[in-house]
Amino acid sequence: MVTEYTTIREIAGPLVLLENVDHATYEELVEVELPNGEQRRGKVLEVNRDRVLVQVFEGTRGIDVASTKVRFLGRSLELAVSPDILGRIFNGLGRPIDDGPKIIPEKMLDINGSPINPYARVYPQEFIQTGISAIDGLNTLVRGQKLPIFSGFGLPHSELAAQIARQASVPRSESPFAIVFAAMGITFEEANYFIRDFQETGAMERVVLFINLANDPTIERIATPRAALTAAEYLAFERGMHVLVILTDMTNYCEALREVSVARKEIPGRRGYPGYLYTDLSTIYERAGLLKGDREGEVREGSITQIPVLSMPDDDKTHPIPDLTGYITEGQIILDRVLHRKGIYPPINVLPSLSRLRDKGIGAGRTREDHAQVANQLFSSYARSKEVEELAVVLGEAALTDTDRAFMALGQAFEDKFVRQALDENRTIEETLSIGWKLLGGIPRPEIKRIKDEFIDRYLSGGAAGGKKAEERK
Amino acid sequence: MGAGRIIKVSGPLIVAEGMTEARMFEVARVSEKELIGEIIELHGDQAYIQVYEDTSGLGPGEKVVGTGQSLSIELGPGLLESIYDGIQRPLDGIYRRAGSYITRGINMPGLDHARKFEFKPNGELKEGQQVEPGDLLGQVRETELIDHRIMVPPTLKAGRLVKKPVAGTYTIDDVIARIDAGGEVQDVRMHHRWPVRTPRPTARKLVPEVPLVTGQRVIDLFFPIAKGGTATVPGPFGAGKTVVQHQLAKWADANIIVYVGCGERGNEMTDVLQEFPELIDPATNRPLMERTVLIANTSNMPVAAREASVYTGITIAEYFRDMGYDVAVLADSTSRWAEAMREMSGRLEEMPGEEGYPAYLPSRIADFYERAGRTICQGSDGRIGTLSVIGAVSPPGGDLSDPVVQATLKVVKVFWALEDQLAFERHFPAIGWLTSYSLYHDNISAYIRNEVDERWAGVRVAAMGLLQKEAELKELVRLVGLDSLSDNDRIILETTKHIREDFLHQSAFDPDDAYTRQVKQFRMIQAIVELHRACEKAIERNIPLKKLLDLPVREKIARMRHVKEDDMAVFDGLLEEIRIQTAEGAVETGKAEA
Repeated sequence: MVTEYTTIREIAGPLVLLENVDHATYEELVEVELPNGEQRRGKVLEVNRDRVLVQVFEGTRGIDVASTKVRFLGRSLELAVSPDILGRIFNGLGRPIDDGPKIIPEKMLDINGSPINPYARVYPQEFIQTGISAIDGLNTLVRGQKLPIFSGFGLPHSELAAQIARQASVPRSESPFAIVFAAMGITFEEANYFIRDFQETGAMERVVLFINLANDPTIERIATPRAALTAAEYLAFERGMHVLVILTDMTNYCEALREVSVARKEIPGRRGYPGYLYTDLSTIYERAGLLKGDREGEVREGSITQIPVLSMPDDDKTHPIPDLTGYITEGQIILDRVLHRKGIYPPINVLPSLSRLRDKGIGAGRTREDHAQVANQLFSSYARSKEVEELAVVLGEAALTDTDRAFMALGQAFEDKFVRQALDENRTIEETLSIGWKLLGGIPRPEIKRIKDEFIDRYLSGGAAGGKKAEERK
Repeated sequence: MGAGRIIKVSGPLIVAEGMTEARMFEVARVSEKELIGEIIELHGDQAYIQVYEDTSGLGPGEKVVGTGQSLSIELGPGLLESIYDGIQRPLDGIYRRAGSYITRGINMPGLDHARKFEFKPNGELKEGQQVEPGDLLGQVRETELIDHRIMVPPTLKAGRLVKKPVAGTYTIDDVIARIDAGGEVQDVRMHHRWPVRTPRPTARKLVPEVPLVTGQRVIDLFFPIAKGGTATVPGPFGAGKTVVQHQLAKWADANIIVYVGCGERGNEMTDVLQEFPELIDPATNRPLMERTVLIANTSNMPVAAREASVYTGITIAEYFRDMGYDVAVLADSTSRWAEAMREMSGRLEEMPGEEGYPAYLPSRIADFYERAGRTICQGSDGRIGTLSVIGAVSPPGGDLSDPVVQATLKVVKVFWALEDQLAFERHFPAIGWLTSYSLYHDNISAYIRNEVDERWAGVRVAAMGLLQKEAELKELVRLVGLDSLSDNDRIILETTKHIREDFLHQSAFDPDDAYTRQVKQFRMIQAIVELHRACEKAIERNIPLKKLLDLPVREKIARMRHVKEDDMAVFDGLLEEIRIQTAEGAVETGKAEA
């Protein structure tokens, strides 16, 4: 039996405090009925004897002390899942908002999920080809990885995320895939860009969308990524699909969390964000990966790969949101305003970007034997070109040695030929590597220190590399 | 013990009343689900309890029962090759019982009580002799690599051995010996429980004297850690803290490694789990997993258990140290542990210190690192064990003024500063050579002189001097350009490039390069320094700089890392080549090129 309470004592920000409640439990879902009959949802943040603190997802506007009714539902927030969720659009709490039929749930799942036992994980090492050289070549994405895009306002992170979603494929793999897309506090236009893109490429029937727009209730955003990941976990680990999850924009999520924390008068950590921001983010980001099968030694069908997008306030990588994200995720792709101003798309600055799972996902049998060494050589050569550029600014180009000039040219060509590509350009890993070799051809051979002679002989000269490439095409 | 009732639930913190007999740091079972919690504050009959499992669904009125015990773990055969969560529940067992996710209320002992071990008694023991805690009763070959020594546990009193242990196969619950302590006869089993927050007793602390050889050149030569010492690795994300920790777990010459994954990524633990059974210890040809215990409390697992995980780890390490082994604890990352403390402190509404951390943060950190050391163990044979602690710190934005970094630097003796600029250039390990330090050079110098080479310190100081000079010269080059440098300075830059690229840079993924023995380390750095000295002399003889920059031997120096460990004669050849190519007359006449 569900008891109804009309004992609201205080309302502050997104929070409601009730009195004389018996049997409320922590994290319990509540239903709030406004005087005008409108229904909202909330969850219990704290129970202290008969006093209960409730966070209302849709905000507290219109809630009054006298006549608003609150019901405790005895369960936490759940998502109805079934294979029919594919192709559908939900709000931030997981209720359908398109005109489709009602979802007949196969089961109800708690959106908070449970932590994956580290012993039950399988280490991700299957290369995903995104068709983007700066990612595939240098900061390789691997199936089951969580690799965020760190961006700034006005940078083309949506375009990049959509391009990854469109092009991502695992060479020689036929398994079913799906995309789960969660929008948190982004504008209608941004969300629409993705939806249109999914529709145009015919991917829509494999996509599940969770949409909380900028003008939707702020606190609802706290539930959005969790609902999305619950759908992803269902599709991946119960339906055997390879799921790519795009979460955008995590900065808005964190701000919603801060709003609740401030309303609770908690002691803030850095920049007003709650001290538990790291833990909270990890309960989102760690919901990715691959699992062992039921028997020892087996791998369960299905995987979750996460691409969270976040905008760095003031392009500051040390801001708590990107900082804590970087400590949890397995690398980061960083977009750079200077490259963007030069008109380079995608404006990925490879130097601070990183894929922690790269080294086990590439190499002979996965991509190509020379991949790791070419990548390391390109990294260090590009870093060197940046140093030379700095030097040239101070001393003038005339003061540079020939070697320095070769590196500077390499740096420019790297940005122009390797990083830059068109919005619809889908390069194979062989194409990416051969562009890399072409660039390395521009510096003196003794400077190529991070590649074994054997590979240099095989791939460096245009003819050999070209011949090899032709072979592989066959 | 009477049951209390929950009155408040706030995240991992619950408050229960009616807990009249509760004691501080006692373990309590919360609700019908019997979740494990620990009492961290008492007000009258109200107990504040941090719960080691997810508390959602708990509410006022549910019962709380004290257990009368402190948070403690089981110590005995069966620890090695295990993977535990923060309160010593075996994750493989949980997986087999509950599947892929960690569900609540699972109670599992840390050790397998059904498994039988082949026990060999200590032959010198005689019935009726006096024994004290720490005395060796015998041993169990736990893995091919490690004999698990069975001692009289420190929880028992000294006394007369009335039943001496005999060979046989036993479970850890079987009584293997009896000790009569003044009329009270105590059963001795192969395992006992120990509270994790209490350091295990030792006879006496000693000063560390032997290096913990890691095979990592930048560490062993420039910033060594001693066996029984403490070190910290702070750095921003992406600078390679975890890779450094993994390298040490793989290659450090300790007998036992305890790796604590505290609030870090799940996949990193999976990586260790998959990789270590396949990695072979070069000294013994056995899988490295056989000497390893893993504690994994990943970031998404309950935060209170994360706080406990470092104590669980160090208690297991102390237990092996008590056997007389060299043990190393790798804690990645202590920042997450500190954050767990901060979160609990915030929920307790304590007055915060710096950055919201509790005011007792520095003392907790100091207490933790002080459990390291080289010690004479308990027991009448006076054996020596060492416990080294290496903690990673993850300061926000890589900012070293972070309270956790500062509190850690106060107590540790070695500081490996990871720099993200080096990481961008893919110079790994990205340990900055100008900011890092080690205070163990003097402690271990006698050992190095006797076991490696007496010229070690001299070469090290020379190389470090050059690296410092390089930093100044680079500043100058930035202002006035390379051409304005003297020939001597140009040679310094050339030499330091060798030091950086051919010595300090070390690839964790290249099998030839991942581990370098001290002898080879010495020969490598010696070759670079010798080349430098020879070039300086050549410059005095007015040899053109260009010739010296193009010496053919430089190419060989760049490939030194690939020289096999058993092929040290290569270095004699290298020194000879340096001598010939820079010799009087050689350079001028162009013989060098021949």
